[in-house]
Amino acid sequence: MRLLLLVPFIALLWIPFYNRDLPALFGFPFFYWYQLLWVPLTAGMIWIVYRANARAGDHDGEAP
Amino acid sequence: MSLQAAAAQAGGTIATPTAPAGAVVPAGINWEALAVFAFFFVLVTVLGFWASRWQTGKKPGAAAGHDGSANLDEWGLGGRNFGTWITWFLVGGDFYTAYTVIAVPALVYAVGAYGFFALPYTILVYPIVFVVMPKLWHAAQKAGHVTAADVVYGRYQSRPLELAIALTGVLATMPYIALQLVGMEVVIKALGLTGELPLAAAFIILALYTYAAGLRAPALIAFVKDLMIYIVVLVAVILVPMKLGGYSAVFHSASDAFAVKGGATGLLLKPEQMLPFATLALGSAMAAFMYPHTLTGIFAAKSADTIRKNAVFLPIYTVLLGLIALLGYMAYAAHITVKSNNDVVPALFNALFPAWFSGFAFAAIAIGALVPAAVMSIGAANLFTRNFWKPYVNPNVTAHGEAKVAKLVSLVVKVGALVFILFVPTKFALDLQLLGGVWILQTFPAVVFGLFFRWFGARALIIGWAVGILGGSAIAFADGVKPVHTLLIGGDKFTVYTGLLALALNIAVAVVVQLVAGGKKQPQLAPAR
Repeated sequence: MRLLLLVPFIALLWIPFYNRDLPALFGFPFFYWYQLLWVPLTAGMIWIVYRANARAGDHDGEAP
Repeated sequence: MSLQAAAAQAGGTIATPTAPAGAVVPAGINWEALAVFAFFFVLVTVLGFWASRWQTGKKPGAAAGHDGSANLDEWGLGGRNFGTWITWFLVGGDFYTAYTVIAVPALVYAVGAYGFFALPYTILVYPIVFVVMPKLWHAAQKAGHVTAADVVYGRYQSRPLELAIALTGVLATMPYIALQLVGMEVVIKALGLTGELPLAAAFIILALYTYAAGLRAPALIAFVKDLMIYIVVLVAVILVPMKLGGYSAVFHSASDAFAVKGGATGLLLKPEQMLPFATLALGSAMAAFMYPHTLTGIFAAKSADTIRKNAVFLPIYTVLLGLIALLGYMAYAAHITVKSNNDVVPALFNALFPAWFSGFAFAAIAIGALVPAAVMSIGAANLFTRNFWKPYVNPNVTAHGEAKVAKLVSLVVKVGALVFILFVPTKFALDLQLLGGVWILQTFPAVVFGLFFRWFGARALIIGWAVGILGGSAIAFADGVKPVHTLLIGGDKFTVYTGLLALALNIAVAVVVQLVAGGKKQPQLAPAR
């Protein structure tokens, strides 16, 4: 599940994939809305891993 | 972090105090804006002093001092009691600094797409925080460590390695504090105030309440600051495009302006900018939470779970940063011209907003400088006290004595930054801040690797650190203090972030030293938590 956290690195560091104008969204060139989109996507992936860990009984994080 | 540095490189004239000219500086003092500004500044000052009584007394003995300064855990980490919300505001207010609000749009205004590396940087930082920081928090909390250098000493039992980490932290932070002053300077100038007195007064007030209240002051002020910044940015990103004809028009006018400007500018990256863009983003993301001010926010959290939740919710600030960056393009649509790129945000606000709202926005930015400056000085003071004063000057220092030393050091650090900014050219602070980013990244192996595996010994790590620091500095100086370095490999050019290059060198050397000198005479490792 933790491997999910590698996805944003691939998505954002492979520049040729998103260094273009089209398709545009609400007047934003692709380069811009794609990067902004990855903010909630990354947060969501972290949340999924967080939930999975919590369910797997990782109580590591509970306050003593 | 090298946003500022990249800005300096790209903008050229960035952050150079300019003569009053153009749209930035209104003719004379803007009284309406100044009144709103002053109101919020006074409010925050009152909060800052009151903060010493906030959230104290929850732990036995903590309230003994009644001034929130009984010991370093209280003064320097706010009693290690900050829950999810407080941590969110504190780290958000501390990581996304006022200078960022000024410098990111300035860089985007100057060069376009390249300035947006701030976005992947402040996205990728959170998977790293999620995986690394809860472990670091545990290591610190179990043994009562206050700084990263404490944790490193706890694990490797090496005074030289501890000192290396602490020294790097202090040196990287000092110019960063100075740059917060640059952020304040820009908005004070935009209010029409002249001279250095307002800046000095603001900073001395900050120094006094940080002295009195410790980390609680910036934590409390962060609430006000962040709410103000959110209001300003939401209003700006909705109202400004409405006034300027929508986002299409904003992007178009920026595109036209870059076409005229030429060079390595534009709405998309040039092929040769892709690798610098990616490596700056990755290197900055790895370095971001090695700084004392961000780590102080981590150590002050109540639990490891607080940190995990924050890794999920802190990205909200990154959306904000992305929108702030777009202010750089809006300036083109609004036909703003500035002498110094750093003036672009204040100039845009002065041109498009009523005076009272400009005052509100400038107060948000100025207060936005106070929060990180306070946390940075506390982080540096904690390092000095725990990793220099205690081992080398007074090993028998009491908990109360530690807090006393740290409070005094925080004053010295801030006054030092003020003197620096008043008497030394700003370019120098920018250069040092750039080098600081390269340096702080060199502490990554010592601070992080030991949390996951214990193969490296102290000797390998310290030699790697030294090679990284010296090598990185040498490369940066050879390039004329620029954040990226061009390598020639088999006739092909590869331009990468110098900090990442130095880190590769650092790790390679550490591996070699460990392989060659490993098994022999390694200092006994402390058990991994």
